[in-house]
Amino acid sequence: MRTVRDLAHVRAGDKGNTSNLVVVADSEAAYEELLAGLTADRVHERFAHLGAKEVTRYEHPPTGALNFVVRGVLAGGVTTSLRVDGHGKSLSSLLAGTKLPEESR
Amino acid sequence: MSSDRLRIGGGAGYAGDRIEPAVELSADPGLDYLCFECLGERTVALARRRSTEGGHGYNPLLEERTRAVLADCVQNGITIVTNMGAADPTAAAARVREIAADAGHDGLRIAAVNGSDVSDRFEDLHTETTEGEPVAAYRDRALAADAYLGVEPILAALDRGADVVVTGRVADASLFLAPLIYEFDWPYPHGEPSERIGQGIAAGHLLECAGQVTGGYFADPGRADVEGLASLGFPIAEVGADGDVTITKLPGTGGTVTAETCTQQLLYEVHDPSTYLGPDGVADFSGVSFAEVRKDAVRVEGAVADPPPETLKVSLGYDAGYRGVGEISYAGPNARARAELAGRIVRDRLSIRGLDPAELRTDLVGVDSLHGDLGDEEPYEVRLRVAVRSDDESTARGVAREVETLYTNGPAGGGGARMETDRVVGIVSTLVDRERVDPTVSVEEVEV
Repeated sequence: MRTVRDLAHVRAGDKGNTSNLVVVADSEAAYEELLAGLTADRVHERFAHLGAKEVTRYEHPPTGALNFVVRGVLAGGVTTSLRVDGHGKSLSSLLAGTKLPEESR
Repeated sequence: MSSDRLRIGGGAGYAGDRIEPAVELSADPGLDYLCFECLGERTVALARRRSTEGGHGYNPLLEERTRAVLADCVQNGITIVTNMGAADPTAAAARVREIAADAGHDGLRIAAVNGSDVSDRFEDLHTETTEGEPVAAYRDRALAADAYLGVEPILAALDRGADVVVTGRVADASLFLAPLIYEFDWPYPHGEPSERIGQGIAAGHLLECAGQVTGGYFADPGRADVEGLASLGFPIAEVGADGDVTITKLPGTGGTVTAETCTQQLLYEVHDPSTYLGPDGVADFSGVSFAEVRKDAVRVEGAVADPPPETLKVSLGYDAGYRGVGEISYAGPNARARAELAGRIVRDRLSIRGLDPAELRTDLVGVDSLHGDLGDEEPYEVRLRVAVRSDDESTARGVAREVETLYTNGPAGGGGARMETDRVVGIVSTLVDRERVDPTVSVEEVEV
């Protein structure tokens, strides 16, 4: 089973209680596969247990990147969060490990 | 400017960042500006509280950084722009003057930019936070309220011949954009969409986290190998008068600048790429593309910015009580079950003692502390972490101590207990009308 990490790099940033996850595809083909397989719903499913309320996907074709804005996922945000990783920097790896559906290939 | 292109270095990506990369940049005779972005969301509120408790209101590394780079910057004609003034730009600028005087830099001009502090005009803030809560609810616990200033006061300082500009809260990208507008005499504020301002904002956004665009937060051994992370170099933007931008770094420094590192940083902490809001314009990054023009040099194209908005973002820092954290480790056979038992004991102890924190969480580091419990195999070692937040310091401390007492009162084999208590600064955001904010600039010469 392929994961996002097989096709892309991921970086997480934070603003308040919202995480943004930048997925940079390795190639045009990888970008097409991610466009088809890595939907906002799929990302929402992956982050729901951490409190994700809403996921918006922005496409950035010139760089072959997707930007996922995941709201409500940072336990209130880095300033008051009691989590080990208050920024959610490591959430990039949760997305990187997300499996892609076979039919998106 | 030593050539037709302006060269701006990113000297820091956050308050506590490494100093050597900025020293390397300041030794480059071809550099024109060295900008240090040192303010996270909480930083000003923390600094203001420090200053009310007898400490400095400016960046704790201001003196070390200034001493490390100033002589070379003076020698090479490099202007420094930084928000290390945090909660007290005036005191920070005075300290820089003292350091410059000690080093014999007679006549050096040091500017202080004030006016981001709007804590004395709460009634001018918009009534709701960006999350839709009433701003008034934070008034009694407010520690700081600062508007994100744009390029204007930095331009004023440069216009008055400043060699070092020390600001408080300024939007990150503005530190880098101001030198471009000043040196190239770009029209500002721009009345219609501007490609040059857009490119300048993009350059600033790419540089503001320093090492993140040169290969920091990128390496993944075997997947994305980055050479020389221990001596990671910080970025340089080379910008032409027409707004063409190349991101690069000094030869011989560690790290890498590629289209991928630039793409990750372009969208970092951005939501909708077509609407990146800042005080100097609403940037549209949706058409931005990158081209690798030589090793560690990436050309940036396609950014544009609408005119500056009528409102400025305000970060409001408030006292959110105390945080107590206690940790203890278990290893070997049945480690997870013993750590879980330890966590239950702590919770039971709290109810027996009547400690009732506002918030409590227990995590098993090595199992579920970062991504929740994904049901993977048993770990060899586990660290129980209990964290609480409470308005009451003794509750926070008491909970942390209950973890330590597991040494002799808990499951078998608990080791390496640690506890800590600290104060918590929360942040909410709101807006203020631009016309209600009044930045001021003072420039003073160093006298030896």
